[in-house]
Amino acid sequence: MKIKELLLAPVLSNNPIALGVLGVCSALAVTVQLKNVFVMCAAVTLVVAFANMGVSIIRNHVPNSVRIIVQMVIIATLVIIAEQFLKAFVYDQWKTMAVYVGLIITNCIVMGRTEAFGMKNGPVESFFDGIGNGLGYSFILIIVGFFRELFGSGAIMGFQVFELTKNGGWYQPNGMMLLPPSAFFIIGLIIWAIRQRDPSQVEEQ
Amino acid sequence: MKPLRNFLDSIEHHFEKGGKLEKLYPLYEAGDTFLYTPKSVTTGNTHVRDGIDLKRTMITVAMALFPVIIMALYNTGYQANLAIANGAAVEGWRASVMTALGLGFDPQNIASNLFYGLLWFLPIFIVTQIAGGTWEMLFASVRGHEVNEGFLVTGLLFPLIVPPTIPLWQVAVGISFGVVFGKEIFGGTGRNVFNPALTARAFLFFAYPAQISGDAVWTAVDGFTGATALAQAAVGGADAIGWSWNDAFLGFIPGSMGETSTLACLVGAVWLISQGIGSWRIMLSMTFGMVVTAMLFNAIGSDSNPLFALSAKWHFVLGGYAFAMVFMATDPVSAAMTDTGRWIYGFLIGVLGTLVRVVNPAYPEGWMLAILFMNACAPLIDYFVIDANIKRREAKNG
Repeated sequence: MKIKELLLAPVLSNNPIALGVLGVCSALAVTVQLKNVFVMCAAVTLVVAFANMGVSIIRNHVPNSVRIIVQMVIIATLVIIAEQFLKAFVYDQWKTMAVYVGLIITNCIVMGRTEAFGMKNGPVESFFDGIGNGLGYSFILIIVGFFRELFGSGAIMGFQVFELTKNGGWYQPNGMMLLPPSAFFIIGLIIWAIRQRDPSQVEEQ
Repeated sequence: MKPLRNFLDSIEHHFEKGGKLEKLYPLYEAGDTFLYTPKSVTTGNTHVRDGIDLKRTMITVAMALFPVIIMALYNTGYQANLAIANGAAVEGWRASVMTALGLGFDPQNIASNLFYGLLWFLPIFIVTQIAGGTWEMLFASVRGHEVNEGFLVTGLLFPLIVPPTIPLWQVAVGISFGVVFGKEIFGGTGRNVFNPALTARAFLFFAYPAQISGDAVWTAVDGFTGATALAQAAVGGADAIGWSWNDAFLGFIPGSMGETSTLACLVGAVWLISQGIGSWRIMLSMTFGMVVTAMLFNAIGSDSNPLFALSAKWHFVLGGYAFAMVFMATDPVSAAMTDTGRWIYGFLIGVLGTLVRVVNPAYPEGWMLAILFMNACAPLIDYFVIDANIKRREAKNG
C-alpha cells in the first residue's frame, strides 16, 4: 500500500514539475522529439531511484555538514554511468541530446528527492519514491514531447502523421513548437488542467 | 428604437438566473449594453461621477483607428492593383467579384483600390472576430463574467498588423492564442500583462515565419515577389529604398495592412491624446528613444550593415513604427501606470525597437518584440517609481 502510494502520488497529486516546478530546464530542452523524451525519462528515473537509494543506505553515516557533497558524488557517478550506457546503446539519441544527459546532475528533482526523502527514509521506500518521481517527470515530458513533435514536425515517434506542405501535404509545421519556450505554454496548460481537477494545489493568494 | 428595447426586455427573463438560456447570459448582456447604456447604476455614497468607462475608452480607440483602416483598405488595393498593372496575374474569387462589379484593376481608380482592399481586409477581420469572439464568449460563460468591449479593439488592431496575404487559418490560430494566452489566462480584460493583439502576432511570427517575418513583400497578389522598404534598407541603406520618404509617410508602400501610413497613425494619435485616452508621454519618449538610438548608430557607423546609417527620419516612417507608437505602446493596461514610469517605458521601447531593427539580422522589424518585452517590465518600472517616490517623501517629511 505504502509503495503504491510512493509510486503514484508524484504523478498527479504531487508532481515534481507541475507542483514543485523542478526539472523544468530539461523539460524544455529535450522535448522536441518523443524518442529523446523516452530516453531522457528512463535515464532520469533510474538516476533518481538509485541515487535516492544510495543516499538512504549511508544516511546514518554521513556527517550533516558534508551531506550535500556526498549526495553529489553519488548522483554524479550514476549520471556518468547512465551517459556511458546511452553512448553505448543508443548513440544517435545520445548525440542529439548531447549535453543534457550530463546535466541530469543539475536536475533539481534528483537533488531534491535525495535531500528531502532519501536522507529521512529507508532504502526501499527511497528507491520507490525515486521511481515515482521519475514517473511524474516522465508523465509531463511525454505529454509535452507528444504535442511538440506532433505540431512542430507533424510526426509521432518519427512517423509522419500529418503530411507536411513541403512534401506536398496539407500540414504546415508550427515553427514555435520547435523552440524551447513552447514547452512553457504546454507545461502551463498541464498545470492549469491538474489544478482544475485538484484545487488544493493552487497557492493561496 | 422603442420596439428594439421592448424586444430585448421581453426576452431578458430567459437569460436570467433560472431561465432556460441562463448559460447564454453574457451573450445577451453584451448585445444589450452594446446597443443601450446599461440600466444598472452605482448605488452607495460617494463615488466619482464621470462619463468615461471601458466602453467609451474602447470606442474612442476604434474611432482613432478609423483613418488607419481607410488607409489600410486603400493601400492594400493600391499595391495589388499596381502589381497587376505591372503584369502580375489576377486570380481567385476576389478577381471575379471585382470584374462582376465592373471596377477593374486600375491603381488610379480610388473606388477600385478601396474595394479591392476591402475584399482582402474583410475576410481577415471576420475570421478574427469569430475566432477571438468565440474564446471571449467561452471564458465569459464559464467564469460567469460579462463579455466586455476589450476584444473590440483587439479584434480591430490584429487585422491591421498582419499582412493581407496571410492564410485565414493562421489568423484564427493566432488570435486564439492571443486572446487565450495574452489575456484570458491572466483573468481577462484589464488584467493582461501583454498586449493581446501583439501576443497573437508574435505567436504567428515565431510559428509561421515564412508568411509573416517581413523581408519578402506583402502585396495582395499571387506570385508577386519583392522586398519591403525595410528589407531594402537593410540591404543598401536609405538609397536602396524604392519609395520616396513622402510615399512612406503617407503610406503608399507595401507592408502589414494598417502599419504603412504614418500620417493616418498620427491623425489617430491626435484624437487619442485630445480625448485623454492615449498617453502622449509614451509616444513622445518612444520617439525620443528611437531618435537617440538611431543617431547613436549613425555616429558609430558600420561597413557591413547599412541600417546603421539609416536616419531617424526614415526609421520614423518605415515598417510599423508609427502604428506601434500610437496604438500598441500606449495600451493602457499593459503599459506603465505612473507618469514617470511612462517616460521610462516609452524611452526603452524606442531604444530596444531600434536596436532589434538595426542590429539583429534575423528580425527585420523590432517594435513588436520591444513592446512585448517592455510590457513584461512595466510593473517593475512602476514598482521602482512608486518606491522612489515613497523614499523621497520620507526623506522630506521625516
